[in-house]
Amino acid sequence: MLIAKVVGSVVATQKDEKLANTKLLVLQIHNHKNEPQNQYVVAVDSVGAGTGDIVLYAAGSSARQTEITKDRPCDAVVMAIVDSWDMEGTDVFQKWSEG
Amino acid sequence: MFLAEVIGTVVSPISVPELQGRTHLMVRPVTPEGKVMGKTKIAIDSIGAGVGDRVLVVDEGGSARQILDDPEAGIRTVILGFVDSVSMHGETVYDHRA
Amino acid sequence: MYLARVTGRLVATVISPGLAGVRLQWIQPIDEKGEPMGSQQVACSAIDSGPGDLVEFVDGREAAVALPGETFVPVDATIVGYVSQAVCGDLDLAKENA
Repeated sequence: MLIAKVVGSVVATQKDEKLANTKLLVLQIHNHKNEPQNQYVVAVDSVGAGTGDIVLYAAGSSARQTEITKDRPCDAVVMAIVDSWDMEGTDVFQKWSEG
Repeated sequence: MFLAEVIGTVVSPISVPELQGRTHLMVRPVTPEGKVMGKTKIAIDSIGAGVGDRVLVVDEGGSARQILDDPEAGIRTVILGFVDSVSMHGETVYDHRA
Repeated sequence: MYLARVTGRLVATVISPGLAGVRLQWIQPIDEKGEPMGSQQVACSAIDSGPGDLVEFVDGREAAVALPGETFVPVDATIVGYVSQAVCGDLDLAKENA
């Protein structure tokens, strides 16, 4: 799984009918130091994430393993909202200390 | 499936139940000629391979579960054969006996 | 499967159903020389691993199958084994930078 920041959402009225009623989020990938990368991905939301949240997303066929994305054409799903993480004993990200 | 060279051994005393008692080997994918290609992986041995052997590796869950005869296993990288020889465009590019 | 070093821990309380209580850890995949191979990623842990440990992880769909209990979960990387020895040539990766 990779870390990303929710930077927006996608509205698409004309899309495959199997994707109806799904929330599509634009994610900007962050690395382990929480530095934004010049890499974006569109993912289906399964946990109710919103703009500004740091989230965890799963890619590939694993992305279809939620009740929302089951049997749907989807290759990336937001599966968690991140609270915090540490690297080698040092706190890198804490949700409650972000502005 | 891909061709690979066995380059090392891995000992894992604590693991998920389906990996326990199985031999883990470090494998490096190679081109038919034997040049290194791609990322080093850990594979489960099903044939008794050892360091230095040229082998055939499958990296897909369905096939791995068939070979290991375990329909529940969360395993995808399995060594399933020794490579005797490889030929390309009618020419032998690898021969185990050479 | 790949070798990796556990580098950190991650907490997420809002998480997909079936994943509550599952350990999430940062891992750095490494090659046969112990050098970083690709970027760091987050994996679920099916064993009692922790920062500093040398482990093996499985990626793709099998990562969900490897988790104990619920397997219908959106997970694409799972730590499946603790590695106590990984020998390639003269190098034991478990002893190197341990």
